[in-house]
Amino acid sequence: MENVYLTIVLAPLLGSIIAGFFGGSIGRAGARWVTIIGVGISTLLSLYVLKLFIFDDQPVFNQAIYTWMVTDGISFEIGFLVDKLTALMIAVVTFVSLMVHIYTIGYMADDEHNWPKDSLAGRNSYQRFFSYISLFTFSMLMLVMSNNFLQLFFGWEAVGLVSYLLIGFWSTRESAIFANLKAFLVNRVGDFGFILGIAAIGMYFSSMDYAEVFAKAPELADARMPVWGDTTWSVMTVICVLLFIGAMGKSAQVPLHVWLPDSMEGPTPISALIHAATMVTAGIFMVARMSPLYELSEAALTFVMVIGATTAFFMGLVGLVQNDIKRVVAYSTLSQLGYMITALGASAYAAGIFHLMTHAFFKALLFLAAGSVIIAMHHNQDIRHMGGLRRYMPITWITALVGSLALIGFPGFSGFFSKDAIIEAVALSRVSGAGYATLLLTLGVFITALYSFRMYFLVFHGRGRMDEHTRHHLHESPPVVWVPLVLLAIPSVIIGWIAIEPLLFGDWFKDVIYVAPEHAVLAQLGEHYHGQWGFILHGLVAWPFWLAMAGLGLAAYVYWYLHARRPQLEDELRERFAWAYRVLDRKYGFDDFNQTVLAGGSRGLGETLWSAGDRKLIDGWIVNGSARAVGWFAQRARHLQTGYLYHYAIAMILGLVVLLALFVAL
Amino acid sequence: MSSAFPLLTLTIWLPIIGGVAVLASGDKAPAVSKWVALVFAVLTFVVSLGLWGGFDAASAEMQFVERAPWIPHFDVYYHLGIDGISLPLIVLTTFITIFVIIAGWEVITYKPSHYMAAFLIMEGIMVGVFSALDAILFYVFWEAMLIPMFLIIGVWGGPNRVYATIKFFLYTFFGSVFMLVALIYMSFQADSFGILDFHSLQLGLTEQVLIFIAFLLAFAVKVPMWPVHTWLPDAHVEAPTGGSVILAAIMLKIGGYGFLRFSLPITPDASSTLDWLIIAMSLIAVVYIGFVALVQQDMKKLIAYSSIAHMGFVTLGFFIAFMIFARSDVESGAVLGIQGGMVQMVSHGFISGALFLCVGVLYDRLHSRQIADYGGVINTMPVFGALLVFFAMANAGLPGTSGFVGEFMVILASFRADFWFAVLAATTLILGAAYTLWMVKRVVFGPVASEKVAGLKDANGRELFVLGSLALAVLILGIWPAPLVEVMEASIQHLVEHIAVSKLPGAALPVAVHL
Repeated sequence: MENVYLTIVLAPLLGSIIAGFFGGSIGRAGARWVTIIGVGISTLLSLYVLKLFIFDDQPVFNQAIYTWMVTDGISFEIGFLVDKLTALMIAVVTFVSLMVHIYTIGYMADDEHNWPKDSLAGRNSYQRFFSYISLFTFSMLMLVMSNNFLQLFFGWEAVGLVSYLLIGFWSTRESAIFANLKAFLVNRVGDFGFILGIAAIGMYFSSMDYAEVFAKAPELADARMPVWGDTTWSVMTVICVLLFIGAMGKSAQVPLHVWLPDSMEGPTPISALIHAATMVTAGIFMVARMSPLYELSEAALTFVMVIGATTAFFMGLVGLVQNDIKRVVAYSTLSQLGYMITALGASAYAAGIFHLMTHAFFKALLFLAAGSVIIAMHHNQDIRHMGGLRRYMPITWITALVGSLALIGFPGFSGFFSKDAIIEAVALSRVSGAGYATLLLTLGVFITALYSFRMYFLVFHGRGRMDEHTRHHLHESPPVVWVPLVLLAIPSVIIGWIAIEPLLFGDWFKDVIYVAPEHAVLAQLGEHYHGQWGFILHGLVAWPFWLAMAGLGLAAYVYWYLHARRPQLEDELRERFAWAYRVLDRKYGFDDFNQTVLAGGSRGLGETLWSAGDRKLIDGWIVNGSARAVGWFAQRARHLQTGYLYHYAIAMILGLVVLLALFVAL
Repeated sequence: MSSAFPLLTLTIWLPIIGGVAVLASGDKAPAVSKWVALVFAVLTFVVSLGLWGGFDAASAEMQFVERAPWIPHFDVYYHLGIDGISLPLIVLTTFITIFVIIAGWEVITYKPSHYMAAFLIMEGIMVGVFSALDAILFYVFWEAMLIPMFLIIGVWGGPNRVYATIKFFLYTFFGSVFMLVALIYMSFQADSFGILDFHSLQLGLTEQVLIFIAFLLAFAVKVPMWPVHTWLPDAHVEAPTGGSVILAAIMLKIGGYGFLRFSLPITPDASSTLDWLIIAMSLIAVVYIGFVALVQQDMKKLIAYSSIAHMGFVTLGFFIAFMIFARSDVESGAVLGIQGGMVQMVSHGFISGALFLCVGVLYDRLHSRQIADYGGVINTMPVFGALLVFFAMANAGLPGTSGFVGEFMVILASFRADFWFAVLAATTLILGAAYTLWMVKRVVFGPVASEKVAGLKDANGRELFVLGSLALAVLILGIWPAPLVEVMEASIQHLVEHIAVSKLPGAALPVAVHL
């Protein structure tokens, strides 16, 4: 099996290397084919591996590939752990990635228009884009297939690197290179915590290997570490919180979420890749993988849950006031990631992963549909200029509707199962903060439905508000664009129905995810689970369903029914609730704070340290000061050497007298 | 272990002879002298690979030892030998010199033969520093090193070179005078100039502290550590590209090497007593200098400051060992820290060398090092731009590049000493990325900033060869650091065992020995 696993990882890497280094010679078709074949092989093999795990009782693979280094008794290795969690992840990652690859053929076909004419960076940009998205896939695969913390960090940072390259892909755009630097730095803040977490693991476990660390973890459940004076902290809490800070960066949780909306500066296919299959899911996956550690710290679980719930609700609110089609979807990603994180905090790891999977499909679908709309709209992304698109692009319309219904958790669609499970599980949780989380998640359902269908109605229904030229050219996107939409729409509908039983209430994660008996909310939920129909029926009488319907209904009323009659309605609402609008439009001030206080403060501090510390104190006073002192002394001493013979003669005589006097005196 | 063939002597003197030959050939036929210089540089590298090949990594003993009387009257020997600490630095020296020669190929038009000769002679001297086992021999090499560097900056340097050279010379000379005193004092105590004899010298705490401080003055200036670092940015700014590369890649390492060869083994108790000082200086270097680097407008200054911050990891890694010994609940980590410092030195040699070469490539075209004069370079120099982004990422410590390995090891080790040390050290993840990538954003990305940038030509074959080779080295070391770590493992293990034992007569251990 080792060869199969190696091929899954290396095929995209190989494709990426060929397309990246030899893009000029193999041409656009060559680059496209080599990367799609690479990712295609990965996808087929991943699905094959998944099939083996489902039907053939495939044994867990946990083995080193090579030794990175050995030092001080710790062996640092590169190796794979393929169990049911990994098998699921690689299947999702490669499948979504393959769809994005295919879609890119169409989306990036005219990329030369995005570059200044004489820019050499714009030559071969098409090939480079394929190279990057394959590299992205490779990085994510390395991350999810790792069997140790070192490689996890490799994948973790590699994902950050490629997102940097992709968000800033159109490097001549000032906004793009601002966004990519921001994304990288914010992620680095997360990684700062993450590497400290790994260092803590290195210290307390003397190993980087998951299996060894997990096996030893219970021994350290009550261990405490000195922090300052007599203060001690629980080791497990410190480790879990530090690791989670890394997850907050990658999975864009408040307050490290700020990079994600800006990442919309990248081409749309990578938005789909980042938001659905790679990168943002890394944090969720990591916490689920580390469940044996998180189960040992209730404080860390509370922290996780509160951060997740806060993100889920408040970022969803911001989505209500966005007018850029991609940004609406981006805020919905933030909010949905918050749901997954909250599930993790409630120890419903399986529910988090389940939602990750359903979300990967419908979010990739929504992004690619948005991209399809953007192509049709000649790269105008403002939903206020859209409307009535369903008449021109029926496939995009239906698939986007499917994606939206899945997102709001319409009964029967995939998102319904995963989101309902999360809310129910969190409601059962007894970790502190669960009440807060339950309330926010439940209300969040209403918000989700509202912003999703606000966008849906403004884009696809009503009167067309685009200019004549654009309207004239509106048409459905080519098959390379809509085929991936259809292929993603299918799992967006059915995957919840299929997967809920094995993932949540079956034994799929039995030996992979560890849940302490007192946190076993999903097991509790499972006692009342009687098949999918029962789950749906139960959902129909619960709050989330009615809140979703209310949101949908309100959106339909305002943005479809009323909007046709009073198009200026939204502006009126905005004026009526100016203060609330302002808060949301400023995104609670996170960006302003970071920009002025953190970025500005750092520059100011650097400036001060440099001018006051280095130049004035060290160089000005000490170094040049000593030089001046020496110079001053030399100036004085120089007067001794006058060059007049009689001065020297007198000095010699005087010296002689003194010496003689001394001798005599002695 | 003594080898029949004096391979070390060859590594030292081959480039020096080559340098003299190049000097003698003069500038009548610059092409010939360049080729002669290159041949000698490559030959020296091949010879140093012979050292690597013949080195027994399992042994902590000095290898390839040569010993012959030099000044018998004073008991001074021509005594050479290397262990796993010196070997990587020697190979780094011979490797980097090749690229310095190639990088100066067409760029240096004023007395190219002298330029090449200076670097070859420099190379021999630096190898001499890393392999000398006699204190006087070491000191001679140590001081001799200043002369070619002084000339390189003074002759081929920028407009403000006089201030920079004098500052550089005085700073380093100031430091080394005290070292000489310490060496002479110890020679009386040990009745020998053998550095290994110094290692076994039993010294009282006061003596140790004084000697430690004398060494500290010498080595801290070379590293350079905060607050004696201000000569470095000035020297870099005025130095020609090759000078900056050698300065950053090798000369700074000599300071780090000095700590391992002298301070730690000779004065373990003083090191243990004053470890807080070095650790504080190192952490200040990481954080303070990180902020200072952020606001630099001159690319060379920025990289120079980044060097200081990265070298902070080296000294941190070395001295964290004593804090780890002092903790009863931590079993190991000292080796990890010191090895991390060593790996960081080697890696920094590649990365900072490459970054200075990158600035050189730009400077040769636009004659400016100001960040503000660039912008959108990727549009006219895509291949070069990609390489610069790669080295910038390596500088920011991205896993998969060599820049990650040393920092990772030191962060892991410092966590074992104290949680807060690790927290401060790990800020480099943010700061290092911030200053490096902010520069990249302003230089490489964005729209074409000016007519001048619009007229840039991408890196030529020679430049690509140089940068590509270094990129490969950075990548290989990042993906597979095991060979480097293994070659130094035994020597560092031995060093840690040595410094864990107090030299104070009858004293309780400064340190509990957990090995």
